[in-house]
Amino acid sequence: MTLINDVKTLISKNIRDYGMYIALFVIFLIFTILTDGLFISSRNISNLLDSAGYIAVLAVGVMLVIVIRHIDLSIGFLAGFLGAIAAILLMQYGLPVYIVIPIILILGTIAGLFTGFLVAKVGIPAFVATLAGWLIYRGAIIQVTEKSGTIIVQNDAFNAIGNGYIPSFMQIGGLHLLSLLIGAIGIVFYIYSSISNRRNKIKYNFEVVSKQIFMLQLLFVSLIIAAITWILAGYNGFSWTVIIILLVVLVYHFFTTKTVLGRHVYAVGSNPEAAHLSGINVNKITYIVFGSMGLLSALSGILFTSRLQAATTTAGTLFELDAIAAAYVGGVSAAGGVGKVTGAIIGAIVMASLTSGMNLLGVGISYQYMIKGGVLALAVIFDVMTRRKGN
Amino acid sequence: MSEYILEMNQISKEFTGVKALDNVNFKVKKGEIHCLVGENGAGKSTLMKVLSGVYPYGTYEGDIVYEGRVQQFNKISDSVNTGIVIIYQELALFPDLTVYENIFAGNEIKQGGVINWNETIVEAKKLLAKVNLDVNPETLVKDLGVGKRQLIEIAKALSKDVKLLILDEPTAALNEDDSENLLRLLDGLRKQGITCIMISHKLKEVISIADSATVIRDGQTIGTLDASKGEITENTIIKNMVGREIQDIYPKRTKKAFGDKVLELKNWSAYDHKLGRHVVKNANLNVRKGEIIGLAGLMGSGRTELALSIFGNAKSYKLQGDLLLDEVPKAWKHPSDAIKDGIAYVTEDRKGDGLFLLQDIKSNISAANLHGIASKGVINDNEEIKVANGFKTSLHIKAASLEQLVGKLSGGNQQKVSLGKWLFVGPKLLILDEPTRGIDVGAKFEIYTVMNKLIEEGMSIIMISSELGEILGMSDRVYVMAEGEIKGELPIAEADQEKIMQLATQ
Repeated sequence: MTLINDVKTLISKNIRDYGMYIALFVIFLIFTILTDGLFISSRNISNLLDSAGYIAVLAVGVMLVIVIRHIDLSIGFLAGFLGAIAAILLMQYGLPVYIVIPIILILGTIAGLFTGFLVAKVGIPAFVATLAGWLIYRGAIIQVTEKSGTIIVQNDAFNAIGNGYIPSFMQIGGLHLLSLLIGAIGIVFYIYSSISNRRNKIKYNFEVVSKQIFMLQLLFVSLIIAAITWILAGYNGFSWTVIIILLVVLVYHFFTTKTVLGRHVYAVGSNPEAAHLSGINVNKITYIVFGSMGLLSALSGILFTSRLQAATTTAGTLFELDAIAAAYVGGVSAAGGVGKVTGAIIGAIVMASLTSGMNLLGVGISYQYMIKGGVLALAVIFDVMTRRKGN
Repeated sequence: MSEYILEMNQISKEFTGVKALDNVNFKVKKGEIHCLVGENGAGKSTLMKVLSGVYPYGTYEGDIVYEGRVQQFNKISDSVNTGIVIIYQELALFPDLTVYENIFAGNEIKQGGVINWNETIVEAKKLLAKVNLDVNPETLVKDLGVGKRQLIEIAKALSKDVKLLILDEPTAALNEDDSENLLRLLDGLRKQGITCIMISHKLKEVISIADSATVIRDGQTIGTLDASKGEITENTIIKNMVGREIQDIYPKRTKKAFGDKVLELKNWSAYDHKLGRHVVKNANLNVRKGEIIGLAGLMGSGRTELALSIFGNAKSYKLQGDLLLDEVPKAWKHPSDAIKDGIAYVTEDRKGDGLFLLQDIKSNISAANLHGIASKGVINDNEEIKVANGFKTSLHIKAASLEQLVGKLSGGNQQKVSLGKWLFVGPKLLILDEPTRGIDVGAKFEIYTVMNKLIEEGMSIIMISSELGEILGMSDRVYVMAEGEIKGELPIAEADQEKIMQLATQ
């Protein structure tokens, strides 16, 4: 059968890209079986995605930082600190949400740009510069929460970001209508863009997969979108967190694949010397990537504070390492120049699924850490092996 | 015992199908200074690597007879243990360690596994006196100039009881005083009975110090000259170095019409902060419209540095003098400034700083001019494919598809991608740095053909090349560089291999 052969070559050719999805599928399957279907229940998946949110946005940011061969350790406590500032502005100064959120996002961007300044202009290694940031923000978060202790956020609009769901308008057979609509639009959009993409490639005599394979791909991805939508619509529909993740993915996917600046980021990561000689301003790219990291840290802080409905003294602890782990599971390369937004998100979901599944199974925290460590190591080993094979 | 301390007989060495050494015979008498001369890539360094065990026994053919015995060096320490020490052009010192730590690095004075630092310092002082270097052994190496570092390398060699000292272009980075000092020292070592092999491009040095000189060309020994018979003269050496027939693989340009000066440099100097010296000194040069300028010279003569200083001062040198583009003075601060004004630079080291090996062909071709395929910062993928396809066809880039990773292409095709990338910028002046290094004859011819076409369309080219044949076959005018200076300008009618080599080895 040519179709089966086609599928085989397709998989072996793209094993690095598909590996992550396969791993995620296997993890879902194993946990679903072990928990008698509890894992795949609407409620659990909805919670899983919501709890992955604040790490997922950090993972996207830090993925780009790693692509340009740097690292950022300060993001966890920066997120925690900015979350606390948000709580203070809301509760102690009584500012409205629509003012607080832009302020926090701007503060985050400024903090990120400052890291960029230290790395690009002053020339401090990113590891050291952001380790200093790690200490400073950790101190800062303790400082601002010292008197009050945990700051409870009593603001429904703000708390909805981490806990609320988009309005339904109507329930159809117990399913969330707007969520179904969004899923349907997503599928239509995916099919449309895939077909037009393929048409273009054919027009320029590009190598394309056979028609059957293409149909199979369309069907497969559409089914996945449909399944996720169906599962979420069975509970409360899409949460605001999921919508925010989707927006971040859309914006960053567009930025990295379609814009001049995005291309420059990968050029700098791939070969800084060649990028410089191609007229690319390497310092500017460093500023942009760290600035975006700060922005996403702020977003992460908002998501986390809102989800907890409180700002705590320890908020942000180890976020940075979870995000870095997610980025590596998602296939970013420490050598620079390689990494995808979708990969980082999948990496974050893989890690969140492990937590969620093991919690359901009642696996002790000690084993949870060890298993996650093993998965991280395996992901990178897989990446290194397939890369070597590719060369 | 024979008069020879070293006899290398019938040495051959192949690198994936390319013969780097072809039955080389090389004999060195005990106690002499023997110079090894030849063009870049002639095989001198390869020969020394075979001798020192960098290429272990078994990876080459032929015999090494040293002190009367056939040797089988499997690693560098094997050759060091017999008293053969090689000092490379790029010194292997630790800049952040002291002089005495450096001298005894890897050869520490130990008592029961613990280093005796006091003894080390005392010994270091003795060795420093031997090489006439008056520095405190506790000085950090990074605080010393290149000349003194060179002497420390020699002191390090002496600490290993060297019998045969090999120096790879020891004076290439030295100024005149330091060079003379070094040569005096070598003369002193000769009197103490140490044999010395020196690779050098500077013929005056060779003439002044060598007892014998062996010329290597294209991986073969051309001949050994003996000073006592009066054979070591500039003329004989140069004749031996260049006496190759130039094959006519260079396509002819039909139309030759030169326009106004596109680029002119006046008293142009560039100072490198990192090296702490001038890499370009007082260069005067001009390029006219529709002209190929050949920039000849040996490795390290400052040609690449000159190109980088023109190309938006990519290495942030301290510049002096004037650069005029179409008679207008320019002060570019970044490569992007130069690109905007129509300069393109195809680098020498295409893998190191030219291409993005992990990206595909189309991304590489568009990399220097993404705005050319984008509107408002958003890339038009179709436009990119169209552009890349255009260059793939016109430059005959052989690849399955435009989505092939550039790292997987052959050298010739990589070079064409590099060229395509810079042609897409639409330059009026194209600087090509060793445009055909490491690529096969067919691809070479294709690149020459493209160059001719570009010239006929009114572009100007500066071509840096170490291949004399290429310089003579393609250029309309030749500048020769040595030691960061332009030593001469030759109209193509007057240029020949001997003249260029004479200027390049000054």
